[in-house]
Amino acid sequence: MDISENILAEENIILELMGTINDPEIPVISIVDLGIIRSVKIESVFPEVEGKVTITPTYSGCPAMDVIRTEIKMALLEKGYKKVEIISSLSPAWTTDWMSEEGKKKLKAYGIAPPLDQEQVCTPEIFQENRAIECPQCHSMHTRMVSKFGSTPCKSLYQCEDCKEPFDYFKCH
Amino acid sequence: MKRSLINYCLHLADNAHILCHQNAAWCGHAPIPEQDIALTNISLDLIGQARNFYQYAAQLINEENPGEEPATEDSLAYLRDVTEFKNCLLVETPNGDWGQTLLRQFIFSNYQYFLYRQLVKSNDEQIAAIAEKSIKETTYHLRWSSEWIIRLGDGTEESHERMVHAIDELWPFTGELFLPASYETDCLEAGTGADLEILKNNWLEKTNEIFSEATLSIPEKSFAQKGGKEGRHSENMVSLLTELQYMQRAYPGCEW
Repeated sequence: MDISENILAEENIILELMGTINDPEIPVISIVDLGIIRSVKIESVFPEVEGKVTITPTYSGCPAMDVIRTEIKMALLEKGYKKVEIISSLSPAWTTDWMSEEGKKKLKAYGIAPPLDQEQVCTPEIFQENRAIECPQCHSMHTRMVSKFGSTPCKSLYQCEDCKEPFDYFKCH
Repeated sequence: MKRSLINYCLHLADNAHILCHQNAAWCGHAPIPEQDIALTNISLDLIGQARNFYQYAAQLINEENPGEEPATEDSLAYLRDVTEFKNCLLVETPNGDWGQTLLRQFIFSNYQYFLYRQLVKSNDEQIAAIAEKSIKETTYHLRWSSEWIIRLGDGTEESHERMVHAIDELWPFTGELFLPASYETDCLEAGTGADLEILKNNWLEKTNEIFSEATLSIPEKSFAQKGGKEGRHSENMVSLLTELQYMQRAYPGCEW
């Protein structure tokens, strides 16, 4: 293997490692599925692996970000990566479009309605018609929004009019 | 220019930080749990935005003063005195009733939304990045608070009257938003900051739209209270900071 292949191999190993770290507040979805990991760039592999993992926050004030950063650091250290830095980047701004299809499936199975596509991203226009959100429990489309803001910054609160269960919707952003 | 950029970042951070603190006082007191959650969610977004601006200000300050004790987001938030704060007076006004808190949020989110729309084009990469990140959050705040102004203004007789009272209380604090401090003028000239004249027009247009929907009107008198951006604050700001900074003042460097 030449150097560039070694670098690529290390990048893949680290990316796979990132895929084992779950969001602390939604423990079924990984930070890769969420789109928080923007890139893994390895610059050299000898004498030690050196490079950068770039992450981006979901919401500016999301308290999970500090926990996620610590978990990434721990995971890297455990595997002996002492010279892989964690860089935080704000631009381009995170969007729910970066959530993987796999991630959306996992969210739904966990009882959180996954985000719709980006055309739903909020504009300041008042009293907008919201597209129907499917109940993750009984799959009814007959649901209503209880509150635009929910238990974490990334969610809205909904209730199903058929099975009556309240549920979280991971809102478009 | 560097000093002006630092002050500009502190001004943007202080606005978000102080309003965050004020809104958070509603936690456990709002009319219904969903609105309690909404207001504290907005606080969370605001503290995030404030942190981004404080971190950037700290970085710039430390580049300026290499030999000194480094500034951090925490030292800027918790260890500056009242006259060093550069927030506008609006965000430090007392919470009043629910209507007054919501009107303050609407005035501020409307201002912040059009501010960020300009700042995403700033020639300072970090300011542009923070604005790009924040505007998505502020859009939600503006929409939510606009709907509340209409709900209350065009609601019952009592809610309407309370909104009229809230406008009387808060209107004198709107003018300062658009009167540039020296660091804002410097940053505008450098291509880094926002043009407050344009911002004012956007803001007024939106305010007119929402107020007319809400059967409310803009007061004719245009007297503006000012000074906050230059560190001259109201009495309320002193007690507010005493509470906000209490922990770090009493137990310097404490963490949990």
